[in-house]
Amino acid sequence: MGTRYVGARIARNEDPALLRGRGLFVDDVRLPGMVHAAVLRSPHARARIHGVDTRRARAVPGVLAVYTHADLGRLGAPLPKLIPHPSLIHHKTQCPLASDAVRYVGEPVALVVAESRYLAEDACDLIEVAYEPLPAVASVEEAVRPGSPLVHEDIGTNVCARYTQQTGDVDDAFARAPHRFRERFVVDRGAACPMETRGVVAPWDARTGLLEVWDSTQAPIPIRNGLAAMFGLLQHNVRVVAPDVGGGFGAKIMMFYPEEVLVPWAAMRLGRPVKWIEDRRESMVAMNQEREQIHDAEIAADGDGRILGVRTVFLYDSGAYIPYGLIVPIVASTTLPGPYRVPSYRCEFAAVFTNKTTVSPYRGAGRPHGVFVMERLLDRVARELGLDRAEVRRRNLIQPDQFPYDVGLIYQDNAPLRYDSGNYPLCLERALDLIDYAAWPARKQAARSEGRYVGCGVACYVEGTGIGPYEGCRITVEPSGKVVVATGVGTQGQGHMTSLAQIAADALGVTPRDVSVHTGDTALFNWGTGTFASRAATVAGNAVALAAQAVRERARRVAATLLEAPVEEIELAGGKASVRGVPARAVSLGELAVAANPLRFAMPADWDGPGLEAVRYFTPPQGAFSNGVHACIVEVDPETGMLSFHRYVVVHDCGRVINPTILEGQIHGGVAQGLGGAFWEKLAYDEQAQPLSTTFMDYLLPTAAEVPALEVAHVETPSPLNPLGIKGAGEAGVIPVAAAVAQAIEDALEPFGAHIAEAPLSPSRLRQLIAEGRRTP
Amino acid sequence: MKPAAFEYFAPRTVEQAVDLLAQHGDQAKVLAGGQSLVPLMNMRLARPAVIVDINRVDGLEYIVAAPAVLRIGALTRQRAAERSRLVAERCPLLRDALRLVGHVQIRNRGTVAGSIAHADPAAELTAVLTALDGEVVARGPGGTRVIAASDLFVTYLTTSLDPREIITEVRFPALPPGTGWSWMEIARRHGDFALAGVGVVLALGGGVITEARIALTGVGPTPVRATSAERLLTGRAPSEGLWADAAEAVRAAVDPDGDIHASAEYRRHVAGVLVQRALCEALTRVREAA
Ligand SMILES: Cc1cc2nc3c(=O)[nH]c(=O)nc-3n(C[C@H](O)[C@H](O)[C@H](O)COP(=O)(O)OP(=O)(O)OC[C@H]3O[C@@H](n4cnc5c(N)ncnc54)[C@H](O)[C@@H]3O)c2cc1C
Repeated sequence: MGTRYVGARIARNEDPALLRGRGLFVDDVRLPGMVHAAVLRSPHARARIHGVDTRRARAVPGVLAVYTHADLGRLGAPLPKLIPHPSLIHHKTQCPLASDAVRYVGEPVALVVAESRYLAEDACDLIEVAYEPLPAVASVEEAVRPGSPLVHEDIGTNVCARYTQQTGDVDDAFARAPHRFRERFVVDRGAACPMETRGVVAPWDARTGLLEVWDSTQAPIPIRNGLAAMFGLLQHNVRVVAPDVGGGFGAKIMMFYPEEVLVPWAAMRLGRPVKWIEDRRESMVAMNQEREQIHDAEIAADGDGRILGVRTVFLYDSGAYIPYGLIVPIVASTTLPGPYRVPSYRCEFAAVFTNKTTVSPYRGAGRPHGVFVMERLLDRVARELGLDRAEVRRRNLIQPDQFPYDVGLIYQDNAPLRYDSGNYPLCLERALDLIDYAAWPARKQAARSEGRYVGCGVACYVEGTGIGPYEGCRITVEPSGKVVVATGVGTQGQGHMTSLAQIAADALGVTPRDVSVHTGDTALFNWGTGTFASRAATVAGNAVALAAQAVRERARRVAATLLEAPVEEIELAGGKASVRGVPARAVSLGELAVAANPLRFAMPADWDGPGLEAVRYFTPPQGAFSNGVHACIVEVDPETGMLSFHRYVVVHDCGRVINPTILEGQIHGGVAQGLGGAFWEKLAYDEQAQPLSTTFMDYLLPTAAEVPALEVAHVETPSPLNPLGIKGAGEAGVIPVAAAVAQAIEDALEPFGAHIAEAPLSPSRLRQLIAEGRRTP
Repeated sequence: MKPAAFEYFAPRTVEQAVDLLAQHGDQAKVLAGGQSLVPLMNMRLARPAVIVDINRVDGLEYIVAAPAVLRIGALTRQRAAERSRLVAERCPLLRDALRLVGHVQIRNRGTVAGSIAHADPAAELTAVLTALDGEVVARGPGGTRVIAASDLFVTYLTTSLDPREIITEVRFPALPPGTGWSWMEIARRHGDFALAGVGVVLALGGGVITEARIALTGVGPTPVRATSAERLLTGRAPSEGLWADAAEAVRAAVDPDGDIHASAEYRRHVAGVLVQRALCEALTRVREAA
């Protein structure tokens, strides 16, 4: 297979349309007769509902319907439990509309459908809900205190799961270790905040019995399958389309959010297409959130800073429900050891309900937490033992000849955690070079002599990517010679239209512009799970490679007959098949497609189907493990607690790179979100679990003015687990940012003795930590 | 995030606007740039029954230099004032503060008068008006009156303006030649409302400070004039030590609130830091001018 396009820095196929404003997002779907839905949400974090009076709302002219839990019948039951786990004893999910209790601010209580969204919101104002507000559980620590109010009274506890993973004899290692250091780390809540909020448009055609659902989701196929089951329709008669999706970051993969059920249901009841677009204020309470974990962590090391053991006990805030199961805390637990040899390790967590928005994976999905804990522990070792921070890391890295490396834990895909390949020392040295670490002590000293406080941070991580079960792809060469690739994994901005096209183009001897990639429409491809966990390129990409290979072989066979040459001598290039060494004896791919689908005559004995088309699936034996190192230089103004980033370096290895531009885009976006989680983005709640940051004035996404220029370098260690040798890159950028920034700030503020054990920070909080450091430079 | 229903009027003259306000009283709201009012309406935190959109009123978009004062018409956009030569020459403190009001897109629509009328406790322009002892001209059913900055700001988002009055002009006293100035603020991100901000004006004569003006934003329900610090500075020779004393006087004088973005203590501390730095910068400008 030629590799002209895989690896090339080519412009994205999707950009001409997107940049001209010709994208098709759910809100762009406008249908004749369409009506609009608005959701009435709970203003209380915890309350009993004694009744809902919708009479005044229904009387508003232009209001078609007002639905409450009582109207839903069978559909009012708790929504599906996504990913069960034996340790998850209380797998609570919410009902599409609350029945007798609400458990977080933003929980849907009623759905209004009206001729316009304005009218629908007016009607929401007129619904009278008899709430009995109850004391709310606002934090995980409070939730596990005896006597705490209960989020779910029927289960008698706020702890829904306890789970421990262990490798080696941890307690023995700690008992014998010459050095042990304990820390408490707090990572607070954040939100994914995709630029496009959620949205659903559903037309129902009673005559054809076809339900169409336009849904800004990362997983259209599972949504289709679930809706068919709930509504008793054939899967064949439900079409779910995730058109252009303006970011997802994990938060758009729920199966199901209440609105994804309610809107199609209302459309079927009313016989009118119904549109619901989540507004930003709703999104800040009704889209799943992430990040809150509190770790009590401990490290045991020898006198040279070699790790002997690590143990952590942590609380994981799941919010009011836990539809997604234990994925986030398991990912945090298994990401924690990172690129280091950790001979003994124990990770024990309790998943805890609170009266806050539900938590499910958001870019990183627990990885940033694990890395924060590990990297901060290593910094502590370095400081206490008087060793250089980079040197401590260097001494503990897994070496290139140790792969495949068994970590000794079970990963989120229920398979043993086994790193497939990597070159961790190379990545570290490359990052140290780029940031000029050798010169750092002198530069730091120079800044200090000018009265400036500048620090350097270096953090490493391993990212589990590319997990199963499988993805598939159908490739068809049309009579025009254009190639159509259809796959189930939708795109939320990751550039599938280009990277998948590059893979197909190489196999078929065409250009990526000749390849039209279709994703996210169950009418075009209906097997697969979705885009999450940095898996699309690895799993779907390899399916594309396999299907393209099959089409290629068929094209060569057809060409061999037409050109009267042996198959082995047929080459595909420039959109044509030709006989090796005789370029004039050629036939175009389009002509081959026509020849492969004749109108008359019997087909040859070795015929295996019409046209130039093939469907293939790829199932990885296990995840592929990317890795990387971030290094940054940050100046802190100790009087104001304000930061300025001088440099930010990323060295990244995700195996074979398909398109450096797309990859760098992924990393840039990830680092921006990571910086948000390190210093700006904090979902604040008061003591009654009222959210305090429900607008972009209060929830502070870093902007282009805050994010520094990023310097990105690639190392390519192919994965041995798939034909293309690729690994995922979707979450890489975000993972070690908080750890690297915390380290840099602590380094800068070392003269004050400030200790950083939390994320996100803020100028105000930094001032406080400086005061608590109680040292004067 | 759709506003509740309202009745909409687009008067062409100030008289018509005032008549409409007289008719609807506190049911009505003036709409200028909409950069504060529209978000509040979209979130249904404000539900005016009547909107009086003054954007089509003639003759309210101007910047005029009178001998000692800049007169800015009520419909003058923040961005226009920021880019005005007159503002740069006569009142560079205003220009520097304007640069930190939101983002360019906001300033393209937001008006100077709208920011004053809105009286956000962390707004830049309210503090500039306060520092300079500026005024607004208001027109109501009873005629025209001039309100001094010190009488205008009552508390959070509240001015002494009658609901039936509109601001037609904002007056910023010009800085005499040789005067130093500085605007300094701390915001979480570029373009955010300030956690704390300060405007300083400084004049020297015979080696001592002859005039010091200090006003702060973000550290109380209204802009705060730091009169004790001003008194402390006047008549003294500038020095780092003096700036530090002024900072302490400011810290003692302000009573900020804490919120999710910064504690009260932080705001108090930073108010002092900013005063110190702003005095320093203003002094440099005095010396540059000399
Ligand atoms: C993202 C964003 C960031 C922002 N950041 C900042 C910032 O950093 N600093 C800052 O100071 N501001 C900031 N603002 C607010 C912005 O400056 C507004 O433009 C300003 O506060 C209001 O001016 P306006 O012309 O838009 O008034 P409008 O929004 O139209 O009106 C605001 C209020 O003033 C009243 N009003 C307006 N004009 C008159 C008049 N002539 N007479 C009587 N009443 C009147 C209205 O009735 C209303 O109550 C920001 C806004 C946004 C959206």
